[in-house]
Amino acid sequence: MNKALNWTGQAVLYAVFALVIGVFSGWPTYRALPADQAMIKVSFIHHGQRVADCRPFTAEELSKLAPNMRTPMKCGRERSPVTIEVDLDGVTIYRQIAAPSGLSRDGASSVYHRLQLPAGEHRIAVRLKDSAAPGPFNHTRDATVKLRPAQILVIDFDAEKGGITLS
Amino acid sequence: MQYAFPRRQGVQQVYQGLEHAFDRAFGGRLNPLKHLGAVAFLLFWLLALSGTVLYVILDTSAGGAYRSIEEFSRDTASLGSILRGLHRYSADGFVAVAVAHLVREWLLGRFNGFRRFSWLTGVPLLPLAFVCAIGGFWLNWDRLGQYSAVATAEWLDALPFLASPLARNFLGGAVSDRLFSLFVFVHIGVPLLLVFGLWFHIQRIARAEVFPPRALGIGTAVTLLAMALALPVRSQGPADLGMVPGALALDWWLLFIHPLTAATSGGFVWTLVLASVAGLFALPFLRPSMPLAVARVDPAHCNGCRRCEDDCPYGAIAMIPHPNGRRGVQLARVDADLCASCGICVGACPSSTPFRSTERLETGIDMPQWPIDALRRRLEQQLAAARGAPCFVVFGCDHGARVDALASRDTLTFSLACAGMLPPSFVEYALRGGADGVVIATCREGGCEFRLGERWTAQRLEGGREPHLRRAVPAERWAFVGADAGEEAAVHGALLDLRRLARADTPPQRQEAIA
Repeated sequence: MNKALNWTGQAVLYAVFALVIGVFSGWPTYRALPADQAMIKVSFIHHGQRVADCRPFTAEELSKLAPNMRTPMKCGRERSPVTIEVDLDGVTIYRQIAAPSGLSRDGASSVYHRLQLPAGEHRIAVRLKDSAAPGPFNHTRDATVKLRPAQILVIDFDAEKGGITLS
Repeated sequence: MQYAFPRRQGVQQVYQGLEHAFDRAFGGRLNPLKHLGAVAFLLFWLLALSGTVLYVILDTSAGGAYRSIEEFSRDTASLGSILRGLHRYSADGFVAVAVAHLVREWLLGRFNGFRRFSWLTGVPLLPLAFVCAIGGFWLNWDRLGQYSAVATAEWLDALPFLASPLARNFLGGAVSDRLFSLFVFVHIGVPLLLVFGLWFHIQRIARAEVFPPRALGIGTAVTLLAMALALPVRSQGPADLGMVPGALALDWWLLFIHPLTAATSGGFVWTLVLASVAGLFALPFLRPSMPLAVARVDPAHCNGCRRCEDDCPYGAIAMIPHPNGRRGVQLARVDADLCASCGICVGACPSSTPFRSTERLETGIDMPQWPIDALRRRLEQQLAAARGAPCFVVFGCDHGARVDALASRDTLTFSLACAGMLPPSFVEYALRGGADGVVIATCREGGCEFRLGERWTAQRLEGGREPHLRRAVPAERWAFVGADAGEEAAVHGALLDLRRLARADTPPQRQEAIA
């Protein structure tokens, strides 16, 4: 009798172990995005323009350099931060100033940001400025997009493809 | 500074109740709560075995991985489906059991002193296990794998030192085969690191259990197989980087960190993880233990029999050539860093027998704070004080039932650091010295504070281990009982049984005195 009780107890405890492991191995279901929503991912890696324009070395500067280091132009390393703005249906929903990477601030600026929005048709305007000089945004893109639920729209920047891309 | 957690004692009692409930079903020897580390090892072996087969059939390209796993495991009850289920549930179980192992050791206060090494080498295994496990979901490259990979990349991007976002690898199009090779490396390379970590973790433990007792191992494996059959693991559609995965059957055991990050922030979860790991690492230093007395070897009385080396639960004893220069004769040497001060070596030493006629009982290996000679003297003095009146002797353990609570006019109690410290010949010595009966109380089976003290004591008393209790000692005059702290009634019960037997076996005029 005792042995039967022991076996039953063991079976129950193994079953509880299986139940706890099994249930939480797939339940409750998880939804990263509500069913009627879509997503915009704003992301780019882009080198801002140099903060200082290149200029010729002066004769005095050249004389101070070792002969093998003498080049005609002197260029500063530091890059401008890159500013991006995203408007959705006329309202600015994202603005970011991405600093250049690197200790000398001479690397690329990068951005990765998710924006959640209702699925459907939207007017999107993207503006990007990669120069520290005062003035307007030097890259802009306007488009009307129709997003299905759960669809991801990627806003990127690729100079070779003409600047701001939507895909 | 002293670490203090006032509620721990209460939680400890609740846990002890749970462990005793498991004892009732499984018995102490097979109680899974007392073999959590070994069960985790078993689950790891099952993971390695099933994972090897799955890796053989896996197409290690980003485009082919999903199809290869799907084709292999599509049919319920097929070998592929069972292996996949076994792999997943073993991973879930491994994490659950490893966390339970850590909590148990913390609850029982087993993280400082001589255990510090095992604790410190065990803590990093948990994050490593999560890294292996989460990486496994990516290899299938279904929507769950996609969700996990993207969420992990976004979480890593929360670290301030990455020059460019890792999550950009998952923007539209398909994942490159090069990146997929990195996934494979994470899921194969990190487990190899885990094997090394596990080996390191058990370095200071003699006779480490890398497999649980057979019945427990079979029970666990059968349970996992039943789960694989009843709840087959299914892919959740091929990954599509153009879409956010919809409703996912999320494995909360392994992937809970993603929803947690979504609900809070990457920075919060990094802080939480780093603070938890740092807290676990700091624990042994927040509650430093008192320096332990180290077992001392007396070369004049050590004959190099190796019993202490064999019985030491922490591998603290090694044999070296005896300084007397005689060929083949060895001497025990104690590594002070490893010594747990349990005294089990003293109980193993044949020179610890109290029948030796020397005035002072010098043994081959002894504990300086509780010399075996002091135990013999106290026993002799107290038996002499009984002056022939009925008396019973109880040898107990500081970590088990408090035998001192049973002390009375006719009950002499001796609480040792571990019951394993008691040379079995002391039972016979007490009986010959006038005791009517002897009770030896250890912790419950499988619950010894020093891992093996209770097992060695039982085997020595039963004659299965040296030094053993002589068979000539009447079995009805001694009793062995396993009782944890708070279970003094069990020891008392054994004492009453001995009294009953002693009364039945005693001349009538003495019977009344025994009662």
